[in-house]
Amino acid sequence: MATTPGTGALMGFVHRRRRGAELFLLVLALAVGVGGYAAVGLGVDGEVPANIVGYGGWLAGLMVAAHVAVRLVAPYADPVLLPVVAALNGLGLAVIHRLDLAEGDSFAPQQLTWMTLGVILFVLTLLVLRDHRVLARFTYTAGLLAIVLLMLPMAPVIGKQVNGARIWIHLGPFNFQPGEVAKVLLVVAFAGYLVLHRDALALAGRRVLFVDLPRGRDLGPILVMWLISLGILVFQRDLGSSLLFFGLFLLMLYVATERPGWVVVGALLFSGGAVAGYRLFGHVRVRVDTWLHPFEYYDGGTGENSYQLVEGLFGFAWGGQIGKGLGEGDPGRVPEASSDFIMAAIGEELGLTGVLAVLLLYGIVVERALRTALICRDNFGKLMATGLAGVFALQLFVVIGGVTRLIPLTGLTTSFLSYGGSSLVMSWVIIALLLRISDQARRPVPELTPEVESSPDDESTQVIKLSKT
Amino acid sequence: MNKPIRSVSIFCLLLFLALMLNVTYLQFWEADSLNDRAENRRVKEAAYSSERGAILVGRTPIAESKPVDDEFNYLRTYPAKGLYAPVTGYFSFGSSSGIESSQNEVLSGDDPRLFIGSLVDLLSNKAPKGGNVQLTLDPDAQQAAYDGLAALGDDVEGAVVALQPSTGKILAMVSLPTFDPNRLASHDFATRDALYARLLEDDKDPLLNRAIQTRLFPGSVFKLVTAAAALESDKYEGADAMVPGGATFQLPQTSGEGGLIDNEGRYCGSGEITLRLAMEQSCNTTFAQLAIEVGAEGMLRQAEQFGFNSSYLEDLGGQVRSSFPDELTPPEVGQVGFGQFEVQATPLQMAMVAAAIANDGVVMRPYIVDEVQSADYDAQTTDPEELSRAISEETAEALREVMVSTVDDGTASPAAISGVSVGGKTGTAQRGVPGEPPYGWFVSFAPQDDADVAVAVMIQEAPGREIAGGALGGPIAKAVMEAIIR
Repeated sequence: MATTPGTGALMGFVHRRRRGAELFLLVLALAVGVGGYAAVGLGVDGEVPANIVGYGGWLAGLMVAAHVAVRLVAPYADPVLLPVVAALNGLGLAVIHRLDLAEGDSFAPQQLTWMTLGVILFVLTLLVLRDHRVLARFTYTAGLLAIVLLMLPMAPVIGKQVNGARIWIHLGPFNFQPGEVAKVLLVVAFAGYLVLHRDALALAGRRVLFVDLPRGRDLGPILVMWLISLGILVFQRDLGSSLLFFGLFLLMLYVATERPGWVVVGALLFSGGAVAGYRLFGHVRVRVDTWLHPFEYYDGGTGENSYQLVEGLFGFAWGGQIGKGLGEGDPGRVPEASSDFIMAAIGEELGLTGVLAVLLLYGIVVERALRTALICRDNFGKLMATGLAGVFALQLFVVIGGVTRLIPLTGLTTSFLSYGGSSLVMSWVIIALLLRISDQARRPVPELTPEVESSPDDESTQVIKLSKT
Repeated sequence: MNKPIRSVSIFCLLLFLALMLNVTYLQFWEADSLNDRAENRRVKEAAYSSERGAILVGRTPIAESKPVDDEFNYLRTYPAKGLYAPVTGYFSFGSSSGIESSQNEVLSGDDPRLFIGSLVDLLSNKAPKGGNVQLTLDPDAQQAAYDGLAALGDDVEGAVVALQPSTGKILAMVSLPTFDPNRLASHDFATRDALYARLLEDDKDPLLNRAIQTRLFPGSVFKLVTAAAALESDKYEGADAMVPGGATFQLPQTSGEGGLIDNEGRYCGSGEITLRLAMEQSCNTTFAQLAIEVGAEGMLRQAEQFGFNSSYLEDLGGQVRSSFPDELTPPEVGQVGFGQFEVQATPLQMAMVAAAIANDGVVMRPYIVDEVQSADYDAQTTDPEELSRAISEETAEALREVMVSTVDDGTASPAAISGVSVGGKTGTAQRGVPGEPPYGWFVSFAPQDDADVAVAVMIQEAPGREIAGGALGGPIAKAVMEAIIR
């Protein structure tokens, strides 16, 4: 990078397609999924499940379909992302199947259906969306739609309150968390908005102690987003989503404007909101109190207690370094073990080793997404990739941090692992979007005639220079 | 825009590092304390419904998990019922004792020494199986000790400990009254809890392992320690050293009956007698004077070198320290010299004294877990460990000679085995309560050189019998020694 200035070094490097590598890694991912399923059968019943061939065939079919789609319409896409999430999804299915056996549920077949739908949407996204920049046209549509979706659970009839949080809607036989879709739409909307307004947000303002603070009138968007987040917290009682949306917005704002000042403002707003929330709302206070003193609330009896958290912690502790082995623990003790608390089940049966492996897989997803953002040639793509990576990382941190008592517990799903249709399907769409951006970014630069104007990135650089002279 | 993206990358890295560190803390450092919490039913239920390893004596399991068809899968059974109960303890839901408690990590399969086995189990998805614990006990010696003690009557209270002097292996450990651990391991919790409450309230403390948890005045067997201290002081040498004797001895700073010591009718000469004769006749007057000559500090040092005032039994919980007081006036030292006043010893401690004498003066750390076997029979054998050198080889040799004489020509004659030179010492300790029967003690070893076994017998109560260490304890010690030697 030091030898040639600007983006030249990145441009000069031609990425290979590496689809063969992807296929090889997918085989490993399939081994995780099918191996996990077989291990559960061995652990619980002492024999490999009878439908292992059909199950493995179905998983393999889904992976091949996704791989072929990538090979055909996104040949330069990152080769690591798909296998990693396929492995996570396969592991999640195995663990949900294991919990089904403990609880007498049948979530795993449903989850496999959702995975199928997810892969179909993944393929469709790649097929329909040939260039991610098209999405920039839908900035405001996406934003509006996101807000509507977020408000849907509040609507009568279709809205539904589950476990204290009003984040579900009913449509006939389907239960659906619109927040999961809103998450992706918000990334698109933020990216489109910030790409257009980043200069104004970045340049105006004054310097207070080493930090460039933004202009008062530019605070509008961040205040709106803050209010939306607070609204989610207050009306839907959903701490996790509230934290996620606001954090996501801050992250993208910072990347777009390159000004830490926004983060400071945002952090102050967040702290204010958090303190006020703690003071005003019982459901926030309970979460904080059970986080600080979990054992005092173990037998709360009044419904809001730390039983789930503490049983989860006991599960982690019981698993120790190498875990009890799939089927050998007692993860069914934890309420909601197959959705929010699936990491506790993994911690118990696969141990610290398994948890660290899963965290590393997630780390790889985030790393590949951010790498895509770095090498992406257009700002909209950069922002979107960063936003999607941020959603992934923040969501992981909030849910796993909550389950392991690093931070107060808030309800969010663990992408790809947790049982939950909306979350799983939208996670596949997120990966499709990332692959699309990465395909654009890694594709060799088309032959450009010298007369053609420079890329948008260079233009904005010139604007900055002009303003300083 | 790449600079903030890099910052975001670092931020995400920190988030993931925080998660990883936190979960490592949770599952590695904090795990044990979480597993031990009272609320944690997961651990208790799992421990209770997994196949525990067996506790073995020789090749015979004395505690094993038998598969049963109920919610807990396995029932802990103790084929020998009360015979080994004070050692094995019991294993019940949420509580356990004895070896079941002290070796729980091995038996349950959690011990890191079994890690290889469980890693294989993990990969092959086999349920982790507990390791076996092989005890040092000798089944014949244990049975002989139990039969001998039980023969004293239904309500006998007492204990027998046998050691291998050269290693510290515990060859027999019997305590009466005992209990049936099968009934405490029962899955019928209501009946089990009622029984447990009854055992706890029982005046005769059947749950107590008297061999290590009861300490009493050792009486005359403590004269071995006094003799050792005297010989170590260099003032006396050999079995036939001339020591003070006499029919009576007035303790210093006292006058009248209270401070006057006699020998309960045994002949102890007048003036000086040999140490051999003093031991044969168990002369209180001699050992009171020797203790006073050695002094409080010297006696304390000698007692502590044998193991008084310390804990040494590591593989079985609940060992009570034998006590030797650290500040004594001269008349008190005199009484301590023949095992009265405040000195108190457990049967194990007195067996260690005999074992040290038999082992050329070296006290070996007593141990009862001979071997830890993983489910795949990889064995980890316990290595004998030297605890301290209590006395010199010369002193040990002299004491052995004196003790053999005590069996051949003295008060310890009930322990004599034809064709083997046995050393022994009786003790009949006053409780200090007028009208109450005394405690009976007997310690011995055999053979004289390179002893295979050292035994201590303690009889706390034997209703309907006249308690005398030699008459009641001697035959038991003899039976145990015979079981080992033959």
